[in-house]
Amino acid sequence: MILTKAQYDEIAQCLVSVPPTRQSLRKLKQRFPSQSQATLLSIFSQEYQKHIKRTHAKHHTPEAIESYYQRYLNGVGRNGAAPVLLELANEVDHAPSLMARIILERFLQEHEETPPSKSVINSMLRDPSQIPDGVLANQVYQCIVNDCCYGPLVDCIKHAIGHEHEVLLRDLLLEKNLSFLDEDQLRAKGYDKTPDFILQVPVVMLCPLAVEGHIIHWIESKASFGDECSHHAYLHDQFWSYWNRFGPGLVIYWYGFIQELDCNRERGILLKACFPTDIVTLCHSLA
Amino acid sequence: MAAVLESLLREEVSVAAAVRWIARSAQSSEDDPGEAAALSSLQPLRKEFVPFLLNFLREQSSRVLPQGPPTPAKAPGSSAALPGRPGGPPRGSRGARSQLFPPTEPSSTAGASEAPSARRGGRRRGPGPGRERGGRGPGGLEEGVSGESPPWAGGRRPRGSGSPGSPSLARSDPPNLSNLEEFPPVGSVPPGPAGRTKPSRRINPTPVSEERSLSKPKTCFTSPPINCVPSSQPSVPDTSPWGHGLPPGCRSLQEEREMLRKERSKQLQQSPTPTCPTSESGSPLPSRTGNLTAEPADPARVSSRQRLELIALVYSSCIAENLVPNLFLELFFVLQLLTARRMVATKESDLEPTPEALDSLESPLFQSVHDCVFFAVQVLEHQFQVLSYLDKGTLKLLAENERLLCFSPALQGRLRAAYEGSVARVSLAMPPSAQAVSFQPETDNRANFSSDRAFHTFKKQRDVFFEVLREWEDRHEEPGWDFEKGLGSRIRTMMGQLSAACSHSHFVRLFQKQLLQMCQSPGGPGGAGLGEAPDVLSMLGADKLGRLRRLQERLVAPQSSGGPCPPPTFPGCQGFFRDFILSASSFQFNQHLMDSLSLKIRELNSLALPQPEPSDEDGESDVDWQGERRQFAVVLLSLRLLAKFLGFVAFLPYRGPEPPPTRELQDSILALRSQVPPALDVRALLQQGLQARRAVLTVPWLVEFLSLADHIVPLLDYYRSIFTLLLHLHRSLVLSKESKGEMCFLNKLLLLAVLGWLFQIPTVPEDLFFLEEDQLDTFEVDTVTSGHGLDGMPVVDQHLLYTCCPYIGELRKLLASWVSGSSGRSGGFVRKITPTTTAGLGAQPPQTTQGLQAQLAQAFFHNQPPSLRRTVEFVAERIGSNCVKHIKATLVADLVRQAESLLQEQLVTQGQEGGDPAQLLEILCSQLCPHGAQALTRGREFCQKKSPGAVRALLPEETPAAVLSSAENIAVGLATEKACAWLSANITALIQREVKAAVSRTLRAQGPEPAARGERRGCSRA
Repeated sequence: MILTKAQYDEIAQCLVSVPPTRQSLRKLKQRFPSQSQATLLSIFSQEYQKHIKRTHAKHHTPEAIESYYQRYLNGVGRNGAAPVLLELANEVDHAPSLMARIILERFLQEHEETPPSKSVINSMLRDPSQIPDGVLANQVYQCIVNDCCYGPLVDCIKHAIGHEHEVLLRDLLLEKNLSFLDEDQLRAKGYDKTPDFILQVPVVMLCPLAVEGHIIHWIESKASFGDECSHHAYLHDQFWSYWNRFGPGLVIYWYGFIQELDCNRERGILLKACFPTDIVTLCHSLA
Repeated sequence: MAAVLESLLREEVSVAAAVRWIARSAQSSEDDPGEAAALSSLQPLRKEFVPFLLNFLREQSSRVLPQGPPTPAKAPGSSAALPGRPGGPPRGSRGARSQLFPPTEPSSTAGASEAPSARRGGRRRGPGPGRERGGRGPGGLEEGVSGESPPWAGGRRPRGSGSPGSPSLARSDPPNLSNLEEFPPVGSVPPGPAGRTKPSRRINPTPVSEERSLSKPKTCFTSPPINCVPSSQPSVPDTSPWGHGLPPGCRSLQEEREMLRKERSKQLQQSPTPTCPTSESGSPLPSRTGNLTAEPADPARVSSRQRLELIALVYSSCIAENLVPNLFLELFFVLQLLTARRMVATKESDLEPTPEALDSLESPLFQSVHDCVFFAVQVLEHQFQVLSYLDKGTLKLLAENERLLCFSPALQGRLRAAYEGSVARVSLAMPPSAQAVSFQPETDNRANFSSDRAFHTFKKQRDVFFEVLREWEDRHEEPGWDFEKGLGSRIRTMMGQLSAACSHSHFVRLFQKQLLQMCQSPGGPGGAGLGEAPDVLSMLGADKLGRLRRLQERLVAPQSSGGPCPPPTFPGCQGFFRDFILSASSFQFNQHLMDSLSLKIRELNSLALPQPEPSDEDGESDVDWQGERRQFAVVLLSLRLLAKFLGFVAFLPYRGPEPPPTRELQDSILALRSQVPPALDVRALLQQGLQARRAVLTVPWLVEFLSLADHIVPLLDYYRSIFTLLLHLHRSLVLSKESKGEMCFLNKLLLLAVLGWLFQIPTVPEDLFFLEEDQLDTFEVDTVTSGHGLDGMPVVDQHLLYTCCPYIGELRKLLASWVSGSSGRSGGFVRKITPTTTAGLGAQPPQTTQGLQAQLAQAFFHNQPPSLRRTVEFVAERIGSNCVKHIKATLVADLVRQAESLLQEQLVTQGQEGGDPAQLLEILCSQLCPHGAQALTRGREFCQKKSPGAVRALLPEETPAAVLSSAENIAVGLATEKACAWLSANITALIQREVKAAVSRTLRAQGPEPAARGERRGCSRA
């Protein structure tokens, strides 16, 4: 789904006013029926992440942490089974998983001699049963399963989706009989930057309106929507680095992207929302 | 000097003898004793003759072309600079009209007062003992201008009183070559309307004092200012090879500038609208055509034919003997004369010379436009051979020049024939560039780095480097954007991270590779193209947008090359690399870069370019030559680029806009510098190159290297000896000599062009050219020694010549500007140089499948190891060549056998006489030639069958299947293309030739009479 900047802005604007819940997502779907669920979800998630980034500091001041912890203690003191932490997160407009992390950190500081390491906390968040306090474990668990944008569960889902699309892409390449090197093979050869796939023999992608085709040396799969923020980060960290080493290539944003971002075609970074159909390969006889 | 000319004019001495006398110090036995006597008395002046002649012509023409082209390079007024040598040539080419600063006695000049005028001549050597100014010789040379009352022309000296070598007289007239007003560079005059001041050629005025007598400040004599800078404020923006950082002038300089400005405005009031024959980038000159219609030239009104013919002959002979520093500059001058618009109004008395003065130099040489054109056409007739090698566009303009037609229909006919016969052959199928250097695991992966940190640092550096490059590409044309401000700190931060020596070498490798990739193609270095639309289009058809972008840049941006001798510049992408080096200002980086460049230069310079076996039959080996030429061109252009950057970096620490101000300072610098070993032993490479007869490869890059030298370099013994070698080489490249073992014509022309250009570079002392000529004979022996070398092979073609020397295109621009000026009368044929093609760029031809495939093939090699490409190209080259041989041995041989049997039948049916052999041959050919079409099919089959196996055998076992099969396909394609291109162009001629040979064989067997006839007739037909 390729959106114009204006279309995207409309959706993003709409998201500002709604809380990050599944209900909101449903409303969004009704409001923009022509957009696919996945695209909307991806935009939704990105916008929410931007929001969280903006407000992150405010929730991590010592005063805020102390106040959340006290409210948590009070809440579970009244009823340990009630979704205290989740409601607290929703109330102060913070991601439940992140709220769980704040409280867990604070809890461990109080109960352990040494301050907890990041990996211990991550591990406890992934598996709340490791948390020494049963009530807290339950509260954390509720937060994680109810968070649709953050937390180990969401990470896992995202990773799975990303992998799924890589596999999908690989199948497409195999089906088209295009030979390639994948990330693992590249890493084994000592490449310092590794796109998902490097084509051993480049192809030309034809564009309906353009006179010229575009050479493609590498393909990167992104199972997300390409908005400005993420695209610029990817350009800087990945796409240009690939270009610097392997020449022009193709990025597939499976959930669409903002049309205006596809402005580096001439230079050699192409954006598509699906695997390109009109591909020209080196023919068997040139002459 | 004038005495020599006069004895010529009086026919006491023949031209041939005079030229022999000039060219060789020793007297030749061919000389007539009388001539010898006449000349030997003038022996001390021998070296002076050529500069005198050149200056004489310029001076004379200045009277005729007052509004016309500024005089191109005067021969350096070098002689004055040589202690103990008598006399410098007269200067003041622009005539007294422009003589701003009355010459003063050298001894009286001091300090800043002389400065503006003394930049060139006066600065040279102090008025030391033996400094004589006799060269001005007969005062009569100045007569034509006397009417305009120059400060010093009032006293017209009687002829003869200033006999050459007379010190007393000479002193009264010190040469003032430095005067910018007097010696404006070619193309320096703005095309704009009156009121715009003349631009200055100066980079920075420097006070001149007596102490500076040894110093060598020099602006490029002939190099035009960058643009027609309208203000008098001298500003030299980007063409300065040193980029930014010229020190600002001091206060006294400001005063001098003020003075100059005043003088200029005074002068402007006197002089009419300047015109500009070589406008920047050949843009149309609307303002000029209006008020300046050219005076028609009439052969019947030429004033003294004999004298003009004679001087034209002497002049042409000097050109032919390479006694002039720059062949193309002289051609440019001659074309200026050809296109002179009108004569300045002079006093009647000057126009009507007394009869007895006609055979002397007393009367002006060019008394009218008719004289100029007559002289020019005379010289052009002598130079026809060179002209015939110029590009199609120039030939067309020459052939269509109505003056030329009017004065010499014969020459016009020859030019037209040359134009029609000229094949615009584009030999350079350059790979598309503007891509990043690819990552090669063999050299770039972790194993090549000392630590993880170094590996990751380099990873980041590569990204920063390309980021900087992209930003430069996007923004460098924006007004107000500054490299240093925009990118400087980022570059330095990046360089700062390169701690380990090993990282430096990695980065330098990346830098150098990228440099080669981006700047090697002709689009980069100021390739003005040949002005032939098909070339541009064919470039576009096959290639990518990157190339289109560069082309557009080229067409939109003002062309960097201006005038027939532009100073060295860093056009296009080269500017990025130069600025990068300057901004990085890292000693380590520069050192590593020099090491790397030197190594690569050595490697390429000694590259054994495979030489196709000398062809037994003409034409056939052409199929090999195509590849040869292309490879040679790629290597040569790479070498020139690398050498230019090596020169830039190597001389960077010593470079300044001005030479050292005093002799003491210069001596101490010389003492210091003479012990510094050269960055690359270029002298040894030059000597080897000359010995191995590879000058055509070595000299062009050496010239690039030397063109970036600082002022001191030519004074160092080491480099002085290089210049001596180059001068000798220059003299030895006589174009008319064509014998076995001689260098090919275009090879010579390339060397003459680059050397001529070098001799005009600001940092090369102007006296250098006329200085050394003693060991000439020994040198000639040196080169002829070893047998086969590149020099004797036709490796240079016209395209390469123009790519290396875009300034030759100035000839075309000059002619084109004449056409645009006189379009009213030339049937509306207006040829403007640049912008016409831009329309074509918009509507690009849709990309063909073949174009796509070629693009894919190029891209395929990008991420493969370089050896893969070499292998595929090698296979294609060999298979293509073998294919032609195979076709010859099979198809053509069959056809010849058929011809023989057909002939036998004919002879049987028509009886012993057999009819007219030529007719017979024609019949046979018309029957057999259509079979030639099979050659293509067979050729294709051959390549398809042979190429894959060869590729498979040569590539590593481990090559992935997809890569292997693509490589095979590309090899098949390239081989087929090569073979079929040759076959389709030549098969008919080949069959005809073979059949003809067979026919004459058969007929000869029949009887001697008809055979001879057949041969004769057949030759004329086939």
